[in-house]
Amino acid sequence: MNKYTERLYNGIIKENPTFVLMLGMCPTLAVTSSAINGLGMGLSTTVVLIFSNLIISLFRKRIPNSVRIPAFIVIVASLVTIVEFLMKAYFQSLSDALGVYIPLIVVNCIILGRAESYASKNGPIKSAFDGIGMGLGFTIGLTLIGLIREILGAGTVFDMPLLKDLGYTPIAIFTRAPGAFLVLAFLVAGMNIVRKKMEAKGKPLAKPSGCISGDCANCSSHCENSTAENK
Amino acid sequence: MSELLHVSSAPHVRAKISTNRVMLCVIIAMLPTMAFGIYNFGFRALLLVAVTVLSCVISETVYNLIAKKKNTIGDLSAVVTGMILALNMPVTLPLWEAVIGGIFAIIVVKMLFGGLGQNFMNPALAARCFLLIAFAEDMSNFKTETANFAGTIYSGATPLAELESTKGILAPWNQYQLEDLFIGTTPGTIGETSVLCLLIGALILVLTKTISLRIPLSYLGSFAVFMFVFGANSITSGAAIDTVFTSVLAQLMAGGIMFGAFFMATDYATSPITRKGQILFGICCGVLTGIFRCFGGSPEGVSYAIILSNLFVPLIEKITIPRAFGIPKKSLKKKEAA
Repeated sequence: MNKYTERLYNGIIKENPTFVLMLGMCPTLAVTSSAINGLGMGLSTTVVLIFSNLIISLFRKRIPNSVRIPAFIVIVASLVTIVEFLMKAYFQSLSDALGVYIPLIVVNCIILGRAESYASKNGPIKSAFDGIGMGLGFTIGLTLIGLIREILGAGTVFDMPLLKDLGYTPIAIFTRAPGAFLVLAFLVAGMNIVRKKMEAKGKPLAKPSGCISGDCANCSSHCENSTAENK
Repeated sequence: MSELLHVSSAPHVRAKISTNRVMLCVIIAMLPTMAFGIYNFGFRALLLVAVTVLSCVISETVYNLIAKKKNTIGDLSAVVTGMILALNMPVTLPLWEAVIGGIFAIIVVKMLFGGLGQNFMNPALAARCFLLIAFAEDMSNFKTETANFAGTIYSGATPLAELESTKGILAPWNQYQLEDLFIGTTPGTIGETSVLCLLIGALILVLTKTISLRIPLSYLGSFAVFMFVFGANSITSGAAIDTVFTSVLAQLMAGGIMFGAFFMATDYATSPITRKGQILFGICCGVLTGIFRCFGGSPEGVSYAIILSNLFVPLIEKITIPRAFGIPKKSLKKKEAA
């Protein structure tokens, strides 16, 4: 596996932001009432994430360490504004459905976390691939939650009334807030079972720990540097 | 070795009460209510209870098999959960929805948190609330399709809904009066209608010392006081005093509050163990029920009030830890301050 595909694998499986790092929980729980909403939210976050990682990585040597967070926010906010305008122009209904959660991508902790722990310490191409991997991981997570909630709660699949036609009575709670927590909890539990089995088979997966991104496998060497700089 | 030489830490003397026996008492105490439910709603009520109980017992067995744990259905708690849940359903509920309720109660609310005694809210009530949100229409459809043993088909509103529409009083044009509420010949969920049978059950629970009266009395008392002061017909609204009393009595006997106070709020795992705490818990349930019934969107609020109060239990226990024998109050405070 070369260093670029490794980034994709890392973002989608090993450090999946939704199921492993548990980042970006607010949109995860709030907008996944249907698969299409989850997909839309995931993809718009992915676009912002790729470009923010790329731009931050390009400017990483120019941004003074002491003002790096405001600088990151400015870059992310500009990108989010562009995405928001584009969505309003071309995907009006999706934009209405996602509402305030599109502008809130600015403060999505996945984006800031990747900027802080990866893009500000690695080259632009690698950072862009990291953005693709993390973004896709997030998209898959959100779409999966949205799909399950939509199937159980409304009896439709991507707005197609497949199950409803078969006479299925929707369990409305799944499209409401409690359903989001239930589905997320069961998916995370399932993911943990898979991870345990993989570890037992001798494929140890990096465990996330307390740092902002949980991405300690990639930041251990840098952390010492940054604390030294801070002093 | 002689038994006198047995060395162990306290407790040295144990009562012969087992979980199994406690649960059996609860089941026996619920039998009058269940029998009346079957009389009042027909044989489908029995079918619904059987299906829900089976669903609970089977879920617990399957969970224990998958988790490779000892099967715990012998303690009868799954049967009790199933019965309480079924008695909380309208008789017309589709059977598969009842099965889902049973599975949710046992797997999600009880077993995933560690089984009996570890659950943080009453499984049956949590499942009822789940069903209420999931199948709102079916769970609040109290119109029966077939005649019961007295030959009645219920087609009107429940007493509680009627009370809400007549602003809390049992007006002469109300279909059900206090004596109907007491006997239980009214529409509603299977187990909530008959105050008489519930009181017989409560008497069994109290005589067998399965429950103490602290929670039910403080629950019903605080609810009555709340309705007395804030209800639609209260002393503050300027109604005549006998209207106020009738309306408080009607609120006490309509809906699930009697069932909730004696059978659900008193669940051991989800109520405080300290005496003061139990009274506080009862008041908490009573006030919340009052708030939900008076100011909430739906006429009923017992199940939400109890599971919300279940969440307060750790906090209630924390502030009501009794003083250890021999320690004066002052030194305790000093120690805390130090």
